[in-house]
Amino acid sequence: MVSDMKNITRAEKVFIIVSFILLGLLALIIVVPMISVVINSFVSAAETARRGQFILWPEEWDTTAYKMLFNSDRIYSGYVNTLFVTLVGTGLSMLMTICTAYPLSKKDLRGRNGILAMIFFTMLFNAGIIPNFLLVKTIGLLDTRWALVLPYLLNTWNMLMMRNFFYAIPDALEEAAFLDGANQIQIIVRVVLPLSLPSIATISMFYAVHFWNAWFPGVMYLTNKNLQPVQNVMRSIIVAASGNLEDIGVSVDDVQVLPTSNTLKCASIVITTVPILVVYPFIQKYFVKGAMVGSVKG
Amino acid sequence: MAAHAKKTAVVNQKLTWKKSLKKYTWLYILLIPGVLWYVIFKYLPMFGIVIAFEKYGPFTGIKGMFTAKWVGWYWFRRFFKSIYAERLIKNSLVISLKKLVVCFPASIILAILLNAVPGKHYKKSIQTISYLPHFLSAVVVASIVRTITSTDGGLINLIILKLGGQPIFFLGSNKYFQGTLVLTELWKTVGWNSIIYLAAMTGIDPSLYEAATVDGANWHHKIWHVTLPAIAPIISLMLILRCGELMNAGFEMTFNLYSSAVYETGDIIDTYVYREGLTNMNYSYSTAVNVFKSVVSLVLVLGSNFGAKAMGQEGIW
Repeated sequence: MVSDMKNITRAEKVFIIVSFILLGLLALIIVVPMISVVINSFVSAAETARRGQFILWPEEWDTTAYKMLFNSDRIYSGYVNTLFVTLVGTGLSMLMTICTAYPLSKKDLRGRNGILAMIFFTMLFNAGIIPNFLLVKTIGLLDTRWALVLPYLLNTWNMLMMRNFFYAIPDALEEAAFLDGANQIQIIVRVVLPLSLPSIATISMFYAVHFWNAWFPGVMYLTNKNLQPVQNVMRSIIVAASGNLEDIGVSVDDVQVLPTSNTLKCASIVITTVPILVVYPFIQKYFVKGAMVGSVKG
Repeated sequence: MAAHAKKTAVVNQKLTWKKSLKKYTWLYILLIPGVLWYVIFKYLPMFGIVIAFEKYGPFTGIKGMFTAKWVGWYWFRRFFKSIYAERLIKNSLVISLKKLVVCFPASIILAILLNAVPGKHYKKSIQTISYLPHFLSAVVVASIVRTITSTDGGLINLIILKLGGQPIFFLGSNKYFQGTLVLTELWKTVGWNSIIYLAAMTGIDPSLYEAATVDGANWHHKIWHVTLPAIAPIISLMLILRCGELMNAGFEMTFNLYSSAVYETGDIIDTYVYREGLTNMNYSYSTAVNVFKSVVSLVLVLGSNFGAKAMGQEGIW
């Protein structure tokens, strides 16, 4: 709004300063809960007993909670399951997304509008929880890792975004390859895909973050605890350690509550989230681009 | 100009089925898995909706769908006669509306503030921080909220205590639950939802602001007469599209934050459908409630898109 700080009025300078402060406050409000979780995950039981429940900065950084969690079979299997779902899910999703999006980007492909209409309708109307559950049960996916992957292979927004990327490839390039004698598959592999690498990377990240964060399929389709993704393992740690109705009425100065449960909960939040935080700075800009395309028109 | 017209003509030329199949044989083959996926995972379950009109239980089996006793609108009537119908519809709408009233303007204000500060680095850091919660799963966000609102040494209650107040069990009290839900939503989405408005603002010609400065305009004049008019179309489009989502009070956050203590204010249609269906195994009843919600949502979405189109916008399709 301001390019030159010299020619502006005093009131506008005040406004800019206030904006600076408000934005800083917002950043604090967003970051402080996260930081407080990280700090709390390092507080030892002894220190909690000595200094009270809330410690702004621990005297000693205690990693017992992390050791406990890393030694737990459920966290280990949770990570294995999440990695499986994320890697296999993203790979298969991309394959399906490309195979579906590319033909649909051909304007003169007969039947295209019918298929698109069929796909659009699924964005407007969903059968609902029980019919989906019955389907997964009927095709025998219940209590398998595939239940967390197969029903979520295609995301219509992502597929339509991929299709828009394919639109942007000049027809002339494909026509040239065709005249050189390439068939449709060769055109895709040698011309279209190499040109679409940035968009393929972007959409892959959308899928990967989605699969990493997914927790509801685990709640709905899994009873076998060994198959649960790390999100669900964390969820059960949190729900088991607190959040139950017994907690209502527990006062702040109640010393009977196990001091490590809070630390344990915080540590479980941290180890579930760290992978996302590590990749976040690198993937952020791709998501922002996607948000600008996707939020107005797919 | 002529060449352009010619090219468009070629692209829009309708192929016959025979020609299309010949030209795009491989592409049709590539389409098969995707189309099959939509049929299996999206359309087959739609036939399952039939159980909303039957007496169908967890042990009826899939074949039972065709043979189970037909009960017509029985489950729907049962839902509307129960105390739940009013409470759930009210909670879903009230939570959605509160989120709309709080979160929708907040993102616009954030975009305006970001647009106001000069210099790139500060702005970039604020953006990076404010987008971060969008990348956290609902489970993680809910866990953070549970931790900081805990009456057992949670950050917020410690601040309340320091200020001389009494600790509040935000997630277990009907008085505070909806507010906590709305603020959680705000925390998670305010940054991310501002992206679209910021993008619209980058299209504003800087000379408009300069001209306004020369004309003696103050900061609020600039916001009111330059920034807001420029993003007004996108604001109204987003608002209309949000109205299509009014029945969705946010299953993920509610499910991870609520408990039976706050059913009165926090139970929404989606959580009730989940409990009745998967916890209490009332398959037919749960599906009936779900169908009711899906149909109302469908009408809302169609209505909101019709509204968006009437405004001259493109809508979502």
